[in-house]
Amino acid sequence: MELISAELKKTMEECKRIARDHGLRFSDETLEYVTTNEDMIKLSPKAMIPTLYDYWVHDVYVLQDKGKYDLYPHNPYETVVNTRPPLSFYNDNNPDWLNVMIFYHVIAHIDFFQNNVFFSKTWHDDFCGRALAHANVIKELRYEKGRWVDYVIEFARGMDNLVDYAGDLARPLETPSQTIAEAKFAYFFDEYLQEVLKVTTFRYIEELNRYNEFAARHDPEAARLLFLAYVDQKYVDFALKFERRNKNRQRRPGDIMEYVMMHSPKLNKPEHDWMKHIIQIVRETSLYFQPQIRTKILNEGWASYWHEKLFLADPRLRTHEIEFSKVNAGVVSLSRVGLNPYAVGLRLFKYLEAKADRGMLSYEFERIRDLEARRAYDARTGQGRQFIFDVRTYHSDATAINQFIDQDFVNEFNLFVVGKRINKTRTAWEYYIKSRKAEDYKKKMLDALYHPPHIIVDHEITQNTGTLYLIHAFEGKELVREYIANTMLGIEFLWGNKVILETHEIDSSSFEDMNREDLEKYFQEAEKVKLKWQKVRYTMQERKLSREVMGPAEGLPS
Amino acid sequence: MDERMHRPLAALDDQLRRDDLTPEQRRSLERDLRGTVAQIQAIESGKGLYEYTDEPFFPNAVVPTVHLQTLDELLERDKQRERDGFPKKVILGKIASHGGKKAVIVPTVTEEKFYHDNRPKMPGQGGDEGGSGEGEEGEVIGESPIKEEQQGGGQGAGDQDGGESHELDDSRAFEIGKALTEKFNLPNIQQKGKKAALFRYTYELTDINRKFGQFLDKKRSLKNILKTNLLLGTFDPDDVTFDRVVVSPVDLVYRIVSPEKEYESQALVFFIRDYSGSMYGDPTEVVLSQHVLIYSWLLYQYQERVEKRFILHDTEAREVDNFVSYYRLNNGGGTNIASAYKLVNKIVETEDLAKDYNIYIFQGTDGDDWDSEGKEALPEIEKMLTYVNRMGITVVSRSPGSNNTYIEKYLDKSGLLKKAPHLIKMTALSETSRNQDDLIKSIRQLVE
Repeated sequence: MELISAELKKTMEECKRIARDHGLRFSDETLEYVTTNEDMIKLSPKAMIPTLYDYWVHDVYVLQDKGKYDLYPHNPYETVVNTRPPLSFYNDNNPDWLNVMIFYHVIAHIDFFQNNVFFSKTWHDDFCGRALAHANVIKELRYEKGRWVDYVIEFARGMDNLVDYAGDLARPLETPSQTIAEAKFAYFFDEYLQEVLKVTTFRYIEELNRYNEFAARHDPEAARLLFLAYVDQKYVDFALKFERRNKNRQRRPGDIMEYVMMHSPKLNKPEHDWMKHIIQIVRETSLYFQPQIRTKILNEGWASYWHEKLFLADPRLRTHEIEFSKVNAGVVSLSRVGLNPYAVGLRLFKYLEAKADRGMLSYEFERIRDLEARRAYDARTGQGRQFIFDVRTYHSDATAINQFIDQDFVNEFNLFVVGKRINKTRTAWEYYIKSRKAEDYKKKMLDALYHPPHIIVDHEITQNTGTLYLIHAFEGKELVREYIANTMLGIEFLWGNKVILETHEIDSSSFEDMNREDLEKYFQEAEKVKLKWQKVRYTMQERKLSREVMGPAEGLPS
Repeated sequence: MDERMHRPLAALDDQLRRDDLTPEQRRSLERDLRGTVAQIQAIESGKGLYEYTDEPFFPNAVVPTVHLQTLDELLERDKQRERDGFPKKVILGKIASHGGKKAVIVPTVTEEKFYHDNRPKMPGQGGDEGGSGEGEEGEVIGESPIKEEQQGGGQGAGDQDGGESHELDDSRAFEIGKALTEKFNLPNIQQKGKKAALFRYTYELTDINRKFGQFLDKKRSLKNILKTNLLLGTFDPDDVTFDRVVVSPVDLVYRIVSPEKEYESQALVFFIRDYSGSMYGDPTEVVLSQHVLIYSWLLYQYQERVEKRFILHDTEAREVDNFVSYYRLNNGGGTNIASAYKLVNKIVETEDLAKDYNIYIFQGTDGDDWDSEGKEALPEIEKMLTYVNRMGITVVSRSPGSNNTYIEKYLDKSGLLKKAPHLIKMTALSETSRNQDDLIKSIRQLVE
């Protein structure tokens, strides 16, 4: 793997300048590498972060991908990594003219990474560097603890899709606003005297005066320290109370990983402290990649929008028009069957730009009830470009689909939901247009989005029984049953005690009771057939899993 | 950036590349590096921090030299897991197949987590998708035969078979077979005396001879000529001319015809798979995983001299000519096991295979059979038992071992399993068996 040639780098810099002229905003520095397909295969299990920690499962993925590559050689054009500076990788099979188009694509990705608010937690440091530090920690630990490091990585990764990304995003960066002395001082007067000791006003003023005496003779900082020394002497439990109150003030853990780190009796033993480091590393790594998964459609759409727009206007396109059309169509064409994030995302940006240009994303427009008037509406606001930049800044896939997929969009691009059914007379699977309603299409898209199960810890039961009690929120979806055993085994290992999971599963008698008609209906339109759900409790104790049915589900999800 | 400033950086970089650094040393070197960079940055103010020639700033931004674990190392790790009280994790023979051209077997690992299960809850249930284009609601926009679920999507035309083999990659299978024998203690086959290694001679232009022969090997000859002339000083690679080049007869390399000893396959294995409607999904996966492992094991046992034939059946049997078809084809419809047996017997008879090969038959079924008494099937099995080395039947069902499928019942009743225990074996697997140990245990039952 090496840097792109000086000449190509010059082209990249030019592309960056042009992109800036069109309003894209991104850091000055970028690094571009030429890679072979084999390099890409080696990097992909590490999410293209070259410095990510080593883990044997990554090696197996590499072997697996090599096997697949033998069967089905593929040529990914590029990959971009959200680091500081951003790294991007270019396939060594790309011809130079194609790289120009890909540069625009990559630049738009970088712009997305650096401006979309869902990435805000990744703006402040370079993950490549952080990953290197992590890798070093793990390397050192491996030296000391051997294979047990890999077990802890494995078990931590078993929970890493449940990280509280939303909570983490909502939390401002934690910068302390005061020194510890300031905090102690404030605590003494604001809480300790009044709420803990409940002193009389007289006593309160007496202490205040004592401080004023110090303040009269010294500068405020020194006065505070001297006063606190006096407090520590006079009120023996003050330091302890202060500490306890701080601990209680710590925010509650947002996900299972944090919970286990904070409350696991096993991990809280000093000799197991190293396990927490690993869990923390795995958790941070997962958090880092969360925004990427949640903005796939917009990010790819945005990159496709800009590569198309900028490359079409680029003189370097000349003589390559046909090849470009072919490559571009391969990337952004809507397929007859299937969802292509590049294609849908690109259409969405184009659609919104056109609509906003005519002022159609407004209350005035929505108030018009006459179809003809709606069609003809044009307030010539010219807000299109600004609007799509806002979408790039403030939306994730879920919010954008929820807000912007409407009937006009579905009609304009001839979208539909495809159904699949058996045609018995022709003994064939039939694909048919099941629905052209925006509502159905939107639901289909939302269903296809990344959506890990929501599993929380019941703190009360856990505290009272010592058993980690997990509750999987019921959304009409089962967990993958085959994976439950090993996942819980890992959690039990880290928790150091029994683990229980409460979830819902389809009662298998649902199918057995079906008559032929029901079954056929189920094959055609599964969502219209009511299934019987039951509440189920899995218990993992001493590496043995047991399952018990607790009865029918209480209340179905809407 | 000029050379002089670059020098201390290069030195630091060299240091950082050493692998015997303690973490403290590394940290301190990195601090130095950052400091130096900042210095240069200050000097070169007005320029960006990173230039494209600044690779040394990112000694880490290179592809890690992945030390890939070999299959042996992976299996050793798996054994250690068991000793540590954790379930095994590496699955040996997962088939990867894309686009229907070839299949390879690769080791795989599943990272278990709590995931939502989005698979259809019943076999045959179609998943909805998005789509685009013209057409009314309800209109059929395409169909794919249930008979042969070939590669979906519209890429069919123009993508003709380019003469690629539709086969399993035997070198990987061999490696896995070796591991199965050595690490999982599958038995070694006692070589049967009656069939010594068969070989025949073929004549090919493979031997190499200097000075004369049938066919001049131009590339090799040219290399020799250049070597000689470099030594003689009559050829200068920096200024290529052939004016002074001399050609010595010794440098000319020819190929000549030579007899090649070619071993003929010693074993022939029939794989039979029920591809009727009831097998759809998990049961098929289980049978295929088992058959791939059996094939790998035989491949190792017979040192790759194994031929394979693939039979699929529902109510009718057909032979397919390659593994990929065997792997990919699905069908609907009912089940008649005897149809497959008849086909195997016919093939063995018409091609007169019994005298030249050690014949193995492995069958995967869910035990369902319209011929519920085995009236048709049993006589065919008896015929097979006259020539097979081993016939192994795998019944994949929801409740394995309860012996309540048709084939289990009629085989039991026939007493064949007891009469010829060295020739025919039966094993049961659960349709959700994804666990390698279960598969290997079942194979052991079949082949021991």
